[in-house]
This record gives sequence, structure tokens and C-alpha cells, in this order.
Amino acid sequence: MNILKTLSASASALAMLASAAAAEISDGVVKIGVLTDMSGTYSDLAGEGAAVAAQMAIEEFGGTVAGAPIEIVTADHQNKADIAANKAREWGDTQGVDAFAELVTTSVALGVFEVAKQQNKIALVSGAASSPLTNDACIPTGLHWTYNTRALAVGTGSAVVKEGGDTWYFLTADYAFGEALQGDVAKVVEAEGGQVLGAAKHPFPASDFSSFILQAQASGAKIIGLANAGADTINAIKAANEFGVIASGQKIAGLLVFLTDVHALGLETAQGLQMTVSFYWDLNDETRAWSQKYFEKTGKMPTGVQAGTYSSVLHYLKAIEATGTDDTDTVLAKMREMPVEDMFANGGVLRTDGRMVHDMYLAEVKAPSESSGPWDYLKIVRTIPGEEAFGPLSESTCPTK
Amino acid sequence: MNTKIAYLIAIGLLLVAPLAIYPVFLMKLLCFALFASAFNLILGFGGLLSFGHAAFFGGAAYVTGHALKVWGLPTELGILVGAAVAGLLGLAIGSLAIRRQGIYFAMITLAMAQMVYFLFVSSDFTGGENGLQGVPRGKALGFIDLQDNLSMYYFVLAIFVIGYFVISRTVNSPFGQVLSAIRDNEARATSLGYDVDRYKLLAFVLSATLAGVAGGTKTVVFQLASLTDAHWHMSGEVVLMTLLGGLGTIPGPAVGAGIIITLQNYLASGPLGAWVPVVLGVIFVICVLAFRRGVVGELREVIRKSF
Repeated sequence: MNILKTLSASASALAMLASAAAAEISDGVVKIGVLTDMSGTYSDLAGEGAAVAAQMAIEEFGGTVAGAPIEIVTADHQNKADIAANKAREWGDTQGVDAFAELVTTSVALGVFEVAKQQNKIALVSGAASSPLTNDACIPTGLHWTYNTRALAVGTGSAVVKEGGDTWYFLTADYAFGEALQGDVAKVVEAEGGQVLGAAKHPFPASDFSSFILQAQASGAKIIGLANAGADTINAIKAANEFGVIASGQKIAGLLVFLTDVHALGLETAQGLQMTVSFYWDLNDETRAWSQKYFEKTGKMPTGVQAGTYSSVLHYLKAIEATGTDDTDTVLAKMREMPVEDMFANGGVLRTDGRMVHDMYLAEVKAPSESSGPWDYLKIVRTIPGEEAFGPLSESTCPTK
Repeated sequence: MNTKIAYLIAIGLLLVAPLAIYPVFLMKLLCFALFASAFNLILGFGGLLSFGHAAFFGGAAYVTGHALKVWGLPTELGILVGAAVAGLLGLAIGSLAIRRQGIYFAMITLAMAQMVYFLFVSSDFTGGENGLQGVPRGKALGFIDLQDNLSMYYFVLAIFVIGYFVISRTVNSPFGQVLSAIRDNEARATSLGYDVDRYKLLAFVLSATLAGVAGGTKTVVFQLASLTDAHWHMSGEVVLMTLLGGLGTIPGPAVGAGIIITLQNYLASGPLGAWVPVVLGVIFVICVLAFRRGVVGELREVIRKSF
């Protein structure tokens, strides 16, 4: 009788051990695939720097999590959805990649979402900005970390209207992101009593903005809203300068401008530009310390996309450390349960629609006389509370929220 | 007899290949092999250099994607609809282009293909720069679930074998002989009483349709159609595949497609990642200078000389 008891007890203990083992790290390694634009329009604001930022998160863990090594694989998706989706599928099928990170360009994020949904893997979106990613196009495992077009609209859009810029004309990148940004800003402008006079769609990526700038000038709008990003924004602002847009009384509102864009334009050209940022290196001691480390590796200060990639990977690893498994559903539940606490986000909340809610900042580009040297470009005008920037969960149209 | 044995071996290898190689990669290879073989039908056997075949490949990719995603057609029917549209497009472009020869023919096809490309960029149903994403793979014959990579592979292999068979039958038929005659001496073919324009047009439409089959199948495999499929780069790539493999040989383009796709895939993840186009360019130059007949053509020549 006793023997039977011992036997059954040890059998159940064995069974528990087995189930614990099954819930450990798949293939003994946690693999993160960073898919980003290494060579194109967005390579400056994401690109190599985003891979470095992800690497920094891994280094913070000493290269292992829950007893398993962490590996990183990177690839250049060239801003093409098909290349990104194929790469993600291949990584998931043959290399055992557990999570996809960065994913700049909305079309890329949408393509990878499709793969992540099928393979039940986590997609940590940092660079792509469209708010549909956590609305109509959301997937249960897709997390949108850094910002979205709604937050940009609330920040820059309403600030500009309040200063009297109440008639708008948009120059819009002709793909999902541009449309989403234009739509979100137009909503804010109209809600604040402004008026949208029209929009010109330009190809993505574009190098010659002259005809679009002329259309914008002819529209007579007070504000030319740039619903684009990266090199497109830089080229548009340069073209606007050449055509004397500012001198003729119109103003330019860059709706998604990054620190690297300001660096490329120079303060002389960019001064006074208002921009909504998710991160600035000179916010506090923590951000300065991290950014200094980043600077030593890359020779540049990080953009919000790069800092956000670090934060998302770090939070993902923290959840694996806490649960001891890389099982998608378990990790996802833990990531939602823990507040996001790092140098990027203070008490960030991961909602069930995939949105990571954290504070955003409205910043203004300094005049050359105010700047103390390279990379000292922004002054923070206002902190936008997360709830205001991203809206309440009830507003989200994500069907699985 | 020898050809038959070679084909049996090739099919045997293709049947067991997914056990060793990633099936999605093999499927991509088969789709492009079919595309290049279809292209070879008019370049290799008709002597017409079309620079606009991406229009048929991409057009069918979008139409198939739309048919499966929005209309909810069964997978096979979706691919057939895509191929039919590519064929009609081929009829429209072909009937204009075959009135001219040589460089003018190439330029007309390129111009028409660019027009088709801009139509796709600006249309709503293609999703513009985003591409058409989330196309369901569906079920083959109503009961084989294609979501599984292995069954998808055998489905694609079946399509490839059928397409390849159609091409090989066409080339070896009286129609194919007339086509070769037109390629070699158009004036003489005319003087013998053949309506050369009709032959050329028929070959062009057939080639476009089969390119469409390849494009539609590609959409089903990757579950997306994008502007890359319709871009003129794609037209250039298929010329490269055909020349590298062996112009005017039946298995040549498939071999060429295999070489190019394999190189692209493996070089992209290596240290030469950013240099893929340069490497391909160098290979192309070497091929044109040293092996004018392409890989299969040269092999055939070696075998002919030594026996």
C-alpha cells in the first residue's frame, strides 16, 4: 500500500516536472529578430541604431534570460512588405525566432502582423506609426510601443491650431502611414475649429518635392502639414525653403520629425519647428546615461524609435525572466501585467489592444543661439499624458481588445 | 529516352526536396522557374524580347489575391482567374507590340508594363505601397489544407509540372516549329504562307497566361501581392534568369531561375548582403561573355561533342 502511495506520488511529481519542462524556453534559446530599414529612407531614425538598442537590452540581461542564451538576428527589409513578411516567415519556420522587433514602415508592420498571427509570435512594433495597428488592423500578439499617428496629431496638430494655424494643406506619403497620419491630424484640426483645404499625395520614397510644394503654396493654407517621415520630411522641408514658403507667410508643420532629421537639416533651417516626440535624450539623468552609452556605440544620439526598440525588447525579456518560459501567451500576459519601467517609459501600461500607453512630449527645435552644441536641439514645451495622447481603450476599434 | 530519364530523376528529386530544404524557398523557386519558362516561350522560341512580363506576373498576382481575399473563390479558381486576366492583358499589349520588331518591340512592352504598374500604384484594390496582404491560402480541391507548408509545396509542384508540360508540348508541336521558323527568318515564313502576326500573338498570349499562373501561385504561397511583382525590375530579372539558364532550351530558364533565386536568398543573409545586385551583374557579364548559350545550352554542347 505504502509502495503504491510512493509510486503514485512520485509519478505525479514526475508529471509536474514534465509539464514544467514543457513550459521552458523553446529550443533552449530566446531569439529576437530585428527587421528594420538598414539602407533606405528610414535607416537613420531606425536601422542599425535600432539593432544596437536591442543589443543593449540583451546586454543588460548579460546575454541570458531564465537560464537560456539570448540571440539576435537582423535583416534589412528595404521598406518592402513582401521582403519583410517572407523574412519573418522564414525566421519563424526555420530559425526558431520567438519575437519580431522594430518593424519600421507601416506596410512592413502589417505584413509581419499577418505572419505573427499565424505563427502566434510576438511583434514588438516600434518604428511604424499608424494608429490602425492597434485599431482595425490589430492582432492579439502585436504590441505597438513608441508612438502612433493619433499621439502625433494630438501633440503637434492641436498645438499648431491653438497658435492660429487653422487652415491646413497636407503633403502625404502615399501609403498606409501617410493616410493614417493625415486622417488623425485632420480630425484634430477640425475638432479644434480649423479647416483642411486639401492634400497632395507623393510617392514613397520621393526625392523631388517641387511640384507638391507648389500645389501647397497655391492652396493658400496657413499651414503645410507634412504627413511623412524620415528622408521624405527632410527633402520636403528643404524644397519648401528653396521655394520661399516661409518667407511668403506659410508655415510648415512636420508631423513626424525625429532628432536625426533635425541633425540633418541643421538648426538654422529647423529652428522653431514644433514636434511631438516619444523620447528625448536630455530628459533626465537616466535618459542621459543610457543615451551616452548608445552614443559611444553609434556616434549618434538615439531617436524615439531606437529607444523604444530597447524598451520593448527589455520588457519582453523581463517577462520571460519572470515567467521562466518563452511561451507566447504566458509572456504576453506577464507583459500586460507588469508596468513598463525603464528609461524610456515611466509606468507605461500595455493595453489589451496592443497599445503601450506612456507619456509623450511636445518639443520645439532650439534656435542656433540657444544650443550648446551638437545634439542639443530640443526644448520640451509640454508633457502630454499617455491617456490624452493615445486616447482611452474604449476608443480603440480593435476587435480583440 | 535520355531526356525522359533526366525528367524522371528531376521530378523524383523535387518530390523529396522539401525534406531537406525549406519548402517556402522551394515554392518561390518553382514559381519563378515557371515564370522564366513562360518568358522563354516568346524570347527563346519566338525571338521576341519582351521587357514587360512583370505586368502579367504582377497583374495575375493582384487579381488572384483579390479573388481569394475579397471574392472568397477557391484557390485553384483564384489562380485561373489571375491567369485569365494576365492572358487578356497579354492580348491587349501583345496585339499592339507585335507590330514592331527588335528594340521597338521591347520598348513598347516596357512602356505598356509601366502603365500597368502605375495603374496598380494608384488603384485602391491593390493597396498601393502597402500591397495586398493577408490573402488566404485556402484548400486545394476543397479538402487539402494549404496552410501546411508541405501540402502547399506539392500543390505548387503540381502546377509547375503542368505548366512546364504545356510549354514543352507547345515548343515540340507544329505550332512551335512555325514559331522557331519565324524567329529564324520571318520573311521566309511569311512567303511560305504563314500569318506570322497571328502566330506571334498566340505565343505572346500563351506566355502571358503562364506567367500569370506563376504570379497567382506566388501570391497564394506568400499570401501577399505587392508592387515588387509588377515593377520593371521583375521584367529584367526574368530576362536574366532565361539568359543565364539557357535561351531557347526548355529546361534552361528553370535552371536559371534556380541559380538566381538561390544566390539572392543565400547572399542576402551573408556578408555580401548589400552587394547582391553587383554579384548578379558580374555573373551576368561572365555568362554573356563566356557562356553565350547559358548553363543548360553549354552542358548540352559538351554532351553533344563528347558523344
